[in-house]
Amino acid sequence: MPKTLLRLRVNGEEHDVAAPTHKTLLEVLREEMGLTGTKHGCELGECGTCTVLVDGVPVLSCLALPIELEGREITTVEGLASGGRLHPLQQAFAELGAAQCGYCTPGILLSADALLAHNPRPTRPEIREALAGNLCRCTGYSKILDAVELAALRSPGGA
Amino acid sequence: MGGGKERFTVVGQPLPKIDAWAKVTGETKFADDLSLPRMAYGKLLRSPHPHALIRRIDTGRARAWPGVYGVITGFDLPRVKFGILPVSQDEEALCTEKVRMVGDAVAAVAAVDEETAERATELIDVEYEVLPPLMSIDEALGHPEVRIHEYGDGPNVHKAVSLQFGDVEAAFARADLVREDVFYFEGNTHLPMEQHCAVAWWGPDGKLTLWSSTQTPHYVHRLLARILDVPPAHVRVIATPNGGGFGGKLDPFAHEIAACKLSQVTGRPVKITLTREEVFYVHRGRHPVLMWVKTGVTGQGEILGMHFRTWLDGGAYGSYGVASTFYTGALQTVTYKVPAYKFEGARVFTNKPPCGPKRGHGTPQPRFALECHLDKIAAALELDPADMRRRILAEPFTKTANHLTVTTIGLGECIDRVVEASGWRQKVGKLRPGRGIGIACSSYLTGAGSAVYWNDMPHSGVIVRADRSGGVAVLCGAIDVGQGSDSVLAYLVAEVLGIDPKDIRVHAADTDLTPVDLGSYSSRVTLMCGNAAIQAAERLRARLFEAVATKLGVPGGDLVARGRRIGLPEDPDRSVSFAEAVVLAESVHGVLAMPGSYAPPKRTGKYKGGGVGPSPCYSYTACVVELEVDGETGEVRIDDVWIAHDVGRALNPLLVEGQVEGSVYMGIGEALMEEQVFREGLHKIPSLLEYKSPTTLETPEIHTILVETDDPEGPFGAKEAGQGPLLPVIPAIANAVHDAVGVRIDETPITPDKILKALERKREGKPPRVGPERLPRFTFPAPRIVESAFGQPADGIAVRPFQAPANP
Repeated sequence: MPKTLLRLRVNGEEHDVAAPTHKTLLEVLREEMGLTGTKHGCELGECGTCTVLVDGVPVLSCLALPIELEGREITTVEGLASGGRLHPLQQAFAELGAAQCGYCTPGILLSADALLAHNPRPTRPEIREALAGNLCRCTGYSKILDAVELAALRSPGGA
Repeated sequence: MGGGKERFTVVGQPLPKIDAWAKVTGETKFADDLSLPRMAYGKLLRSPHPHALIRRIDTGRARAWPGVYGVITGFDLPRVKFGILPVSQDEEALCTEKVRMVGDAVAAVAAVDEETAERATELIDVEYEVLPPLMSIDEALGHPEVRIHEYGDGPNVHKAVSLQFGDVEAAFARADLVREDVFYFEGNTHLPMEQHCAVAWWGPDGKLTLWSSTQTPHYVHRLLARILDVPPAHVRVIATPNGGGFGGKLDPFAHEIAACKLSQVTGRPVKITLTREEVFYVHRGRHPVLMWVKTGVTGQGEILGMHFRTWLDGGAYGSYGVASTFYTGALQTVTYKVPAYKFEGARVFTNKPPCGPKRGHGTPQPRFALECHLDKIAAALELDPADMRRRILAEPFTKTANHLTVTTIGLGECIDRVVEASGWRQKVGKLRPGRGIGIACSSYLTGAGSAVYWNDMPHSGVIVRADRSGGVAVLCGAIDVGQGSDSVLAYLVAEVLGIDPKDIRVHAADTDLTPVDLGSYSSRVTLMCGNAAIQAAERLRARLFEAVATKLGVPGGDLVARGRRIGLPEDPDRSVSFAEAVVLAESVHGVLAMPGSYAPPKRTGKYKGGGVGPSPCYSYTACVVELEVDGETGEVRIDDVWIAHDVGRALNPLLVEGQVEGSVYMGIGEALMEEQVFREGLHKIPSLLEYKSPTTLETPEIHTILVETDDPEGPFGAKEAGQGPLLPVIPAIANAVHDAVGVRIDETPITPDKILKALERKREGKPPRVGPERLPRFTFPAPRIVESAFGQPADGIAVRPFQAPANP
């Protein structure tokens, strides 16, 4: 299959990747770049599991084509922690047991990060609304909502 | 073991899971995250017909397709049928003669990439002779001339059970009220977020390694050897962390077997990851069950006798179905006093994906029926449904009519706590129209008392190995499916050895390295692996104490292990660090690696429950739901759920709460929206968009209350938490809907159209009910009659084949 050379900016670093143009961002991240932190639940844009951020906005990587994303800032779960320090959301999710099997966790962390970026002190209904596109089968969402609230409280823009 | 709460340093703390950091950073390697050099990608060709004979399979065109490394059919595999239960050996990984459901696999391809493999499957020519499909219990029983399988307890009847414990007819004759009801529980599926995946490598040394998202690496190990006709000693199964299982990853699957065979024929590692649509067909989820229940009670609601009948729509294969059938009749007696009990159940084959175990395995369906039935009885007797239940609870440390031994029961406290927290007394029958409150209770086993194959060996094994660094490795065959089993092992070993969970690494579920654990099912892991871990850690601690006692010149019995030190409790100068203790002990004893084992108690009695129902102990749950029903649209909005769960002891309350909340969520989905339904053999809604499951917007606030009873069977008193709390949620919702709008929806899911239909019937003066109207024409076999064991004292302390040495 013919491949195209793509220059993608992922987690703050430039990467040159050769991949067929019809490969989705999900496939390129996982299979060409080894960033397997991004998971898949349906590959049809239905479950939110593969959520990443593009310029800070949640995007379903199973429906996104990398060739359209050159020059954009792509953030995956591997890019949340910086300098060996966990992101406040990661810390809160770990402390409060918000990740059970952990399979939906990367997508939810990124959806929540996008929420907190533009709404540092969301109400519980606002958190529910922001995460409504991310399915989780383990937690019943309670601890996830708690963890987002805790992270918001701890972040500089929070209380 | 045992002792007061004050004794604990790790147990009872709301600690993060030991794998929490890996999970929040995306580091956890699930099966599909694995990649090996030269790895090929596999795809299965699946049947488009629900029932057909295979006349011919031609793989020539697929083999010739560029990029294809190998193509196999069932004729390339040993011609042996298999199944998870020894009594139901009815599956082929790749069908050779007949397909029995849409989705049955008939061939498999390994290729350079997934797209090529998929394209090649389309080039395989299969000639089918289509047979009449049997799509329902009625069709299967009504067409004995069409046979899905040649075995079973009658034409298209997989299993028929009939058991009687005491004289139920005599009980009905002296009852103040005898009530009969009919219920239907629709099938639904596990829907783990991770699709099943297997990576196989059959090396040039003739040894096979399989990495798989399976909940039962040990059973897969055993079965792979038989299915592939390879010595089990040359097979290694490594279970990868499951991205959710809920019972959906408990069987050996076609993709696992095909990946192994394809690896052998291509000489490459082979990965097969299922699509979401395939996961819906692979299934093995909740059985659709039709139920009839008849109960005789006194004027105060005390049960005198109960007769329960179930008909299970089993789908195309046996799977765990014999166990499922027994489970639909096993646990009715564990919650309330039922002196006389009769159960008849039948599982019927149909041309749909086979059902099996999903969270609660065979017990949520009868629990829905029973708890709605009890509410109707309470209404008929004009009794408060919470008070009535509170009065009729089973007695701790007794046997049930069907010879199950019950130990601790915290259900009374559970009821009291949810009644109090929910404001039940101010609300029941008093809320405005459209708003309702409902209650239900339940119980569930903490580990099945029997393995799926009969043997005298432990059900669970653990090795605890201390390193000179002071670090400790825990090796156990159980796989963490998200519930936190690795963490529980670390907490228990840390507690016994007086170290921090961070000092422990858990190595799980590798059949080459870890002692056997039967699998992550039946809520068995915390209790069984936990008891084995405590035994192993206590044996290790005894060695350490012996060496330290010699060094310090003090009696071993005076020593304690705490805060990473071993020594005298009141004298810090007379102690050594844990790492020093290891060096001292290793100098004397050599390598410090101690095993622990656990097998459930072998209890006496005339009846063993068909291997299904007995458990070391049972958890108990009470649940109150408050909701709103929109009379115009029929929509239900759940506002609050109060749930109290008797977990014996919360080894980590954070994890227990997580299990309870997840169970409530899943129960809400089953109650209101989830259904695994078919049209002409095709799944109607095989996608995450159309198969409705609750999102953050439909999941209410969940108020979790943990009740502790310190059960003598459990590790430091713990009972299960992963499945039981799902059970009462569904009937509590049904009962709350009735409280809100006065209609009975006697079948799941309780969808808006059913509520509107029932409201219309109410307006027309008809019985305000939607539910099954008739029962199948089926004659159950004559019952096996066993004396009721109701009220007999429990066998008492468990007889364990592997006794822990006394604490030093």
